[in-house]
Amino acid sequence: MSRIRAAAVGAATLTLALTATACGGGSSSGGGSNDSPKTLTYWASNQGASIAVDKKVLQPELDKFEKQTGIKVKLEVIPWSDLLNRILTATTSGQGPDVLNIGNTWSASLQASGALLPWDAKNFDKIGGKDRFVESAIGSAGAQGKDPAAVPLYSMSYALYYNKKMFKDAGISKPPTTWDEVVADGKKISKNGKWGLAAEGSNLSNNIHQIFVLAKQHGADWFTADGKPDFTSDGAVAAVKQYVDLMAKDKIIAPGNAEYAQNQSLSDFSKNKTAMVLWQAAASTFKSQGMKDDEWGVVPAPVQSGAPGQGQNVNSMVAGINIAVFKNTKNLDGATKFVKFMTSDEESKLLNKTYGSIPPVKAAQEDPAFNAQSTGVLKETLAKSAAPLPQVADESQFETAVGTAVKELFADAAAGKPVTTESVKAALTKAQQSMPTK
Amino acid sequence: MSDTTVRHRSPMAAPRSFVWSRRIFLTLLAGFVLLPVFVMVSSSLKPLQDVQGEFRWIPSGLTIRPYVDIWSTVPLAKYFTNSVIVAGAATVCSVIIAVFAAYAVSRYRFRGKRVFTVTVLSTQMLPGILFLLPLFLIYVNIGNATGIALFGSRGGLILTYMTFTLPFSIWMLIGYFESVPRDLDEAALVDGCGPLGALFRIIVPAAIPGIVAVAVYSFMTAWGEVLFASVMTNETTRTLSVGLGAYANLNDVYWNQIMAASLVVSVPVVAGFLLLQRYLVTGLTAGAVK
Amino acid sequence: MTTTATSPAEAGEGRAVGKKTPGAARGKSRRPGRIRRIGLPYLLLLPALVLELLVHLIPMVMGIVMSFRELTQFYIRDWGSAPWSGFDNFKIAVDFDAPVGQALLHSFFVTVLFTVLSVGLCWAIGTAAAIYMQETFKGRGILRALFLIPYALPVYAAVITWVFMFQHDNGLVNHVLHDQLGVTDKPSFWLIGDNSFYALLTVSVWKGWPFAFLIVMAGLQNIPKEMYEAAALDGAGLWQQLRRITLPSLRPVNQVLVLVLFLWTFNDFNTPYVMFGKAAPKAADLISVHIYQSSFVTWNFGTGSAMSVLLLLFLLVVTGVYLALTSRGRKTADV
Repeated sequence: MSRIRAAAVGAATLTLALTATACGGGSSSGGGSNDSPKTLTYWASNQGASIAVDKKVLQPELDKFEKQTGIKVKLEVIPWSDLLNRILTATTSGQGPDVLNIGNTWSASLQASGALLPWDAKNFDKIGGKDRFVESAIGSAGAQGKDPAAVPLYSMSYALYYNKKMFKDAGISKPPTTWDEVVADGKKISKNGKWGLAAEGSNLSNNIHQIFVLAKQHGADWFTADGKPDFTSDGAVAAVKQYVDLMAKDKIIAPGNAEYAQNQSLSDFSKNKTAMVLWQAAASTFKSQGMKDDEWGVVPAPVQSGAPGQGQNVNSMVAGINIAVFKNTKNLDGATKFVKFMTSDEESKLLNKTYGSIPPVKAAQEDPAFNAQSTGVLKETLAKSAAPLPQVADESQFETAVGTAVKELFADAAAGKPVTTESVKAALTKAQQSMPTK
Repeated sequence: MSDTTVRHRSPMAAPRSFVWSRRIFLTLLAGFVLLPVFVMVSSSLKPLQDVQGEFRWIPSGLTIRPYVDIWSTVPLAKYFTNSVIVAGAATVCSVIIAVFAAYAVSRYRFRGKRVFTVTVLSTQMLPGILFLLPLFLIYVNIGNATGIALFGSRGGLILTYMTFTLPFSIWMLIGYFESVPRDLDEAALVDGCGPLGALFRIIVPAAIPGIVAVAVYSFMTAWGEVLFASVMTNETTRTLSVGLGAYANLNDVYWNQIMAASLVVSVPVVAGFLLLQRYLVTGLTAGAVK
Repeated sequence: MTTTATSPAEAGEGRAVGKKTPGAARGKSRRPGRIRRIGLPYLLLLPALVLELLVHLIPMVMGIVMSFRELTQFYIRDWGSAPWSGFDNFKIAVDFDAPVGQALLHSFFVTVLFTVLSVGLCWAIGTAAAIYMQETFKGRGILRALFLIPYALPVYAAVITWVFMFQHDNGLVNHVLHDQLGVTDKPSFWLIGDNSFYALLTVSVWKGWPFAFLIVMAGLQNIPKEMYEAAALDGAGLWQQLRRITLPSLRPVNQVLVLVLFLWTFNDFNTPYVMFGKAAPKAADLISVHIYQSSFVTWNFGTGSAMSVLLLLFLLVVTGVYLALTSRGRKTADV
């Protein structure tokens, strides 16, 4: 027995020793350098219909950049399901790309990790200055009062898309502008297997986007001014209840939507099963699903009353993609040049046109193409009535905790269980308690 | 449930009631097993509006479009190659290493043997999530220190998978080797073969079924693993188990393509598995079950 | 199974190997031979040992170390700088009055129930099928091949097909249960809500039972025919033969099979992850995905590691108790 114990102790010591060396290595390499000025690695998020489409769109631009600067950019398009994990592992290990796209809601979290190059005035000067960008887009690139962790690349906002034929069949002449009208119209449409509104009940991010806006409309914020979670205010509870009630009480959302998480609501829309959907930049998807441009219409997302604006009349989050430089880059100058290239007026116009998004670059926005039916409303919303999601370090915990709570509430609603103010409040209280305390 | 339905075989004629209960049970079971397979095959041949609409047993039309489209929607061929390389290499390495280790344990007496076997086996208990991040850090550090790229490369994944399957493989092979009569390899040693000669000329040939069983197990594990593959691969080294997920990541869920791709990647594995199943049963008989 | 592996106390180091070490046959006189004889087993074990250390043991120790640190997004970039937090992570994980602890406990119970049911069903179906197919009949070979398909299918392909079938609006399951048989008065949800537990269980059993079938089938082949013949001569019926010969003979096989199935099912990540993604419904919130969510999705690797360590301790205890109980049982049963 003692022999075994001795051997076990020996093994444990060895393991510990090895561990110590392994940890010691750490990811200590600090700021960027210019050790390899001729190449860059770029992680792009999946913006187009597929990864293959994105490569086709981006590669010619990268070639252009190489021609201008002699820097070769290695492109990897990463699916959304993997992107955050990949960034996380890159951050932990210090081994990552030089330049990368991030969802703008992650900005503050990633900023807190210190993995991204801060865009102070000096860095902004290298790409033409902070003033080139729309203010709300800059506002969703990092926590308030800190240098942004990224630069806005594509901007989007939510709008209400409606199916013209279904509206006509139900005898509705004009698309709704308030929630009351949405419900009234929805009720007219929701019969015989057709439904008024679509939701992605199992998609945590989408849930968050919707209830964020609704909470604003009820005069509530999810975080206090100093960044503490505040999920149980009357406004927040009312917002979640109003959203889930669209299925539970108003019955204008099909119960089946409770399990949607993969954009099924868009294909329901283009198959004339659902008449309305709240989405960001859905035009290209409708097209790929065989819907003609004149078969659908788009109007600003609904408010409680009055017209979209700021304060309680916010009707969209500032959605979008930011481009960031990884602090450990070995080609700092090249990375900055690449960001400058990607956010230049010309590229901004071109890429945003392709992806159906809005350029966060003011000069690029002037292009008349962005006033077309599909994007005009988005641009308008972004300029007048959109607000950035809370830029706090715990944003991803917020999405998980509250997004899951909404998902569970939708599941209850779909199963016919009652959704009451109390049950909503209980779910949100739980979500708040599971947030980190520091 | 087995209490009421299971009857035992008889060496003579089986009673009628037994035959009937067997028929019913096996038919139900076959239905349960085949249902998803049927769905997979039929859905892969349906047009998109069929798979996106309400389920129907009889398709409105048949198309082989999905089988054409899968190759361009997602770089399936590349993922497939990666999976074959990763699972294949992990299997070969794992089997060789397990053969050595099992030989040492089954034929030699040495200090620390018990610690070794118990430790190795107890790693079966480790929740993968516990060492995902540490392992990843170790690979990165090894990469930084030696320049050997383990993270993001197929090599790292191979190393990981072969270790995953080692404990079960070693343990199976110990069992199998012990069933090979010692007299055989002792005779070989007396005839002047070295220990390795005895291993490769006598024991390994006698243990082929066990080795095949272990190889199949290793291959299957590596082929289907998701967690480590999702973190440790990049675009060029991504394996199928993760890569197939890309069909669901698009703006639209192409169920027919998902099914077609699933079927395409399953057919070689299932075929190989079924070809080797005879070995598998005999291999397990002596190894696991001894 | 091997005596060395799971019940070392019983086998000892001597019995299994005995004096028959190959080296011993070569005489004891030559010193170099002796060194080789002593060194060789270690040399043979070396590759396995190095791999186990590198991929399993060191990461495990690092995981344990991480569980004592405050490893959140503020520190992951250089986790050597993460402050030590003592038992804070563990306190959070086991504070069953607070939501984090409650959720972990809930997830743990779900996992235990799921594992017990899944292993039980896999074992029962596998054993029943193997016993039914012990005797040759027409079509047995084809049936056997067919039964192995679920085991051979890549996890992703199998699980995603089930997801397709379990959809609320367009799935086959609701089509059959609701539209065709009328069992339910409205279509049920299988991928969210309470039913998701049964959906997950179905998939797990579907994928898992062929392994039990395979192993039991192998075990049955080791039972000598003569035993049955003798029993039949004594007038034992099928039922008696099953109880007196088959099941006792399968005992050692079952001992290992159940343990392996238990560990694999308990730690299974692939199935729930492919089925539900990063946020599993509450009723099917298996612990592996729960911990994944606690560490990777919410960026708190310290707490996630602490949860994993607790899980590991639990599995250690269960396995230890199980082995102690079954090996004692085996001795008395004297197989």
